[in-house]
Amino acid sequence: MSPGFSGRRQPAGPKLPPGQYLTQDFPVLSAGPTPRVPLDTWEFTVITETGERHTWSWAELTALPAEDVTVDIHCVTKWSKLQTHWRGVPIATLLDDVETAADFALAHSYGGYTTNVPLDDLLDGQAWIAYEFEGEPLAPEHGGPARLLVPHLYFWKSAKWVRGLQLLLEDEPGFWETAGYHDYGDPWREQRYQGD
Amino acid sequence: MLDYVDGSSLAGPMRELFAVDVTAVEGRCAGCGLAGPLANLRVYGHDHGPGVVGRCPGCDEVILRLVRTPTDAWLDLRGAVSLRFSM
Repeated sequence: MSPGFSGRRQPAGPKLPPGQYLTQDFPVLSAGPTPRVPLDTWEFTVITETGERHTWSWAELTALPAEDVTVDIHCVTKWSKLQTHWRGVPIATLLDDVETAADFALAHSYGGYTTNVPLDDLLDGQAWIAYEFEGEPLAPEHGGPARLLVPHLYFWKSAKWVRGLQLLLEDEPGFWETAGYHDYGDPWREQRYQGD
Repeated sequence: MLDYVDGSSLAGPMRELFAVDVTAVEGRCAGCGLAGPLANLRVYGHDHGPGVVGRCPGCDEVILRLVRTPTDAWLDLRGAVSLRFSM
């Protein structure tokens, strides 16, 4: 074994995208105050490109068939956390009855955060509205009562405190994407910043 | 525990871009009109976040955002009506 490797703090395993290190914690990164959204007024709205609205209350969302998923998550600030357990409703289920020709979605959050994701990346078992983490209700500092979960993209795409999806014919960059971050954000291609 | 720090923390990251100490510069919020030194902002993301976000102490709207990539600095001041530099 090369002695050069012995001093490495966090050796990158085969499961980690380039430039990431493994953490056991769940770091909290915020761009603003943590919204506290009471469940009796919480709602989730899909707005199509024609302005048609589809809204779910908390009771309606949690009555939908949910999935338990175990996924690795990768933050653009370079930490990765493996084998995290979530429960939530697949985005595809919410879009079942939604007529749209959109190719893009802009997620909106309580508190004003936004992030853009191609619509195809939200379908086919790739994205959920998650409301449980490790068997417990999702805590506010981690995005509760519900957050978007899109684990195959950098975690800034998994919008905390999500309140809706705006379906769009043209891509519209969100909060970090308008300030230098990559439009797509694939951790395996290390798409951190614009131009990566 | 507060999840933000005060705007004097902007002195370091902004010194790369401006020749003056911007924390003494007076900014006016585009959201509520409150004016005050940038040192009064509430700064989020200072602790290894994707970027720093300075919010108005009056209305919590975003006044400035600064992202430092390996090659560029991105500064968004859309939330500020003006910055007043004392000359």
